[in-house]
Amino acid sequence: MDLRIAHLYPDLMNIYGDRGNVIALAQRAKWRGMAVEVRPYSVGEWSDPDWPDVWFFGGGQDQGQDIVGADLAGKNGAALRKSVDGGAAIFSVCGGYQLLGHEYIPETGPAIPGVGILDVTTRAGKKRFVGNLLADSPDGPLIGFENHSGRTYLGPRARPLGTVIAGNGNNGEDKTEGAVQGRVIGCYLHGSCLPKNPWLADRLLAWALGRRNEAVSLDPLDDKYELAAREQASEVARTRT
Amino acid sequence: MPDALALIANAAGKITREGLRATGRGATALPGLVALTLDPNFIGALSAELEHGVACVSGTNGKTTTARMLADISRTAGWDPIHNRSGSNLDRGVAAALLAHTTWSAEPQGNFGLFEIDEASLPSAVGHLRPRVVVVTNLFRDQMDRYFELDTLAKKIGEALAGLPATTILVLNADDPLVATLALGRDARTIFFGVDDPDVGGVVPQAISDATRCPRCKEPLKYSRVVLAHVGDWSCPACGLTRPPRDVSATKVVLGPDGSELALAGLIGGVFEAVRVPIPGLYNAYNALAALAAARALDLGLADAIRALGNFRPAFGRLETIEHQGRTLRFILVKNPAGFNAAIGALLETGRTPRLLAALSDRDADGRDVSWIWDADFEALAPSVEHAVITGLRSRDLALRFKYAGLPNERIEVVDDWAAAIDRATALAPEGGEVVVLATYTAMQSLRAVLARAGATVPFWED
Repeated sequence: MDLRIAHLYPDLMNIYGDRGNVIALAQRAKWRGMAVEVRPYSVGEWSDPDWPDVWFFGGGQDQGQDIVGADLAGKNGAALRKSVDGGAAIFSVCGGYQLLGHEYIPETGPAIPGVGILDVTTRAGKKRFVGNLLADSPDGPLIGFENHSGRTYLGPRARPLGTVIAGNGNNGEDKTEGAVQGRVIGCYLHGSCLPKNPWLADRLLAWALGRRNEAVSLDPLDDKYELAAREQASEVARTRT
Repeated sequence: MPDALALIANAAGKITREGLRATGRGATALPGLVALTLDPNFIGALSAELEHGVACVSGTNGKTTTARMLADISRTAGWDPIHNRSGSNLDRGVAAALLAHTTWSAEPQGNFGLFEIDEASLPSAVGHLRPRVVVVTNLFRDQMDRYFELDTLAKKIGEALAGLPATTILVLNADDPLVATLALGRDARTIFFGVDDPDVGGVVPQAISDATRCPRCKEPLKYSRVVLAHVGDWSCPACGLTRPPRDVSATKVVLGPDGSELALAGLIGGVFEAVRVPIPGLYNAYNALAALAAARALDLGLADAIRALGNFRPAFGRLETIEHQGRTLRFILVKNPAGFNAAIGALLETGRTPRLLAALSDRDADGRDVSWIWDADFEALAPSVEHAVITGLRSRDLALRFKYAGLPNERIEVVDDWAAAIDRATALAPEGGEVVVLATYTAMQSLRAVLARAGATVPFWED
């Protein structure tokens, strides 16, 4: 088996250490004996939008986000929607999460349209949410560090990734964090997210490998370091945030 | 003569300082905070009295080393600098440095203000200080939870610099597009420094680039040579903006295990001099160029400047060494991806296979978000690491980072207690050997405190 990872706009959406998510997906596949290739997908027409099994879309600075938003408003946004319809998975964080929604509504001026893959809408907020973020979900706990001023609200087709225990999450109001819709996930967890939340990394891996393979089962890995890091960070979130 | 309010603020700050020092504390910030609370213009009132004026040194990485180099240079020229050497570089650190060098009647005991300024504080600090010279070394992402976004920060600094009088000279890194373009909003003298050795750097931008887009027109930049992250020989094919001509430039850089040799050239005067920088690493060569360019801006003689650099001693956590139990501990302060990559570059280019003591913490001064370690190039470091003892408040995140960078589990050991971590790392190194200590700010303070208690000669970081 081989795994194809697409890193969306690595030159523009690359702050806050989100690159660790690509490292985590790649390593966890390699440790299970798979071949892995990572390709960048940036501004300009993509030659092979049907290639990826999983897309990673991280956070960026405002300047980067404007350029990326404009790029996704064209052919590339349509290509991304087609890829998801064809079974590819997406993991998105912060700015990437917001851009996958219907729109971003700034404080003043017209709404900025998103790709519309996730049934979520984001509004600009005044206070920035900065701090450790701990959430729980039926599939396992989630730990990370949030840093966003956008407030994201879920529509009926998206369900929350988790329930906030410490921190703010999607909007600081409804205790939800992140969104899941089919094989697409969005969240506000930097940290990086996937190394410290290995169950989520493996969920994405299984989805990604399922695109071109029947009946994927992943061998268990020794996650001692992962779980120790999660525990230490969760303790910080519970006691110092 | 300072006004009455400044006199009162000065006295109150000095009393705080005496009190703290009597109890054996560093007094690098609190006395300044007291004085600033009483007189918000305290810094401006006192610095206006300085005969040779004020120089500010700012930027993400290298400001402490550059400022210390410039202090040594100014002293060689016979000046008497008042310098916030401690690295306590917010407004209160500047005020505390002034308080340490004033009389009770608020007369400064020194004739030159040399202030290392936190890049986020620079816009407000230049307003108070009215500096003769402002040096900006580089702008990288750093402690994102505090500063947020680099573009916004660069814009704020540019606006603050544009508001300075034409007599203020800027000293800017020509090779960093975010820094070089800070002068765009100004019609005044700027001295640019940079590296022009074609053998320094590669052609591929590094993963952690902060400025792959033109700061003026936002189109992609083109690099014929990349030194570190987004620093290099850049140009914008779209709007034609290019790296500005270098007034102070190294045409040849020879890196060695204990320092570098630079061949210095410049557009003005056509000088060609050999410069010895006695601390290793390309980034320290950049710091030396920044200090030499600042010396030129201050009309200090080049010969004195080169002599001062040759005798330079590194600061807290900037590759300084401490002897402990027959081993040499070499301290490297790490706080952001660019600084980390530069530091490990300096280690690896000397062929070391380091035994590490690595410490990650997440207090305010470290940056509460430890995500940055995933942008740092641990993949370049891991294959050379002999062994890593890992500690700090976020030791588990750091151990995990090493694991994903490919360091085998048997070479990773997490030891939570500071003293136990030092003991373990020291025991693993042979007698006479070296332990490389990579640590964030407060982790390094804790490790040094343990070493001091154990009887090692640990310089107080105020010097």
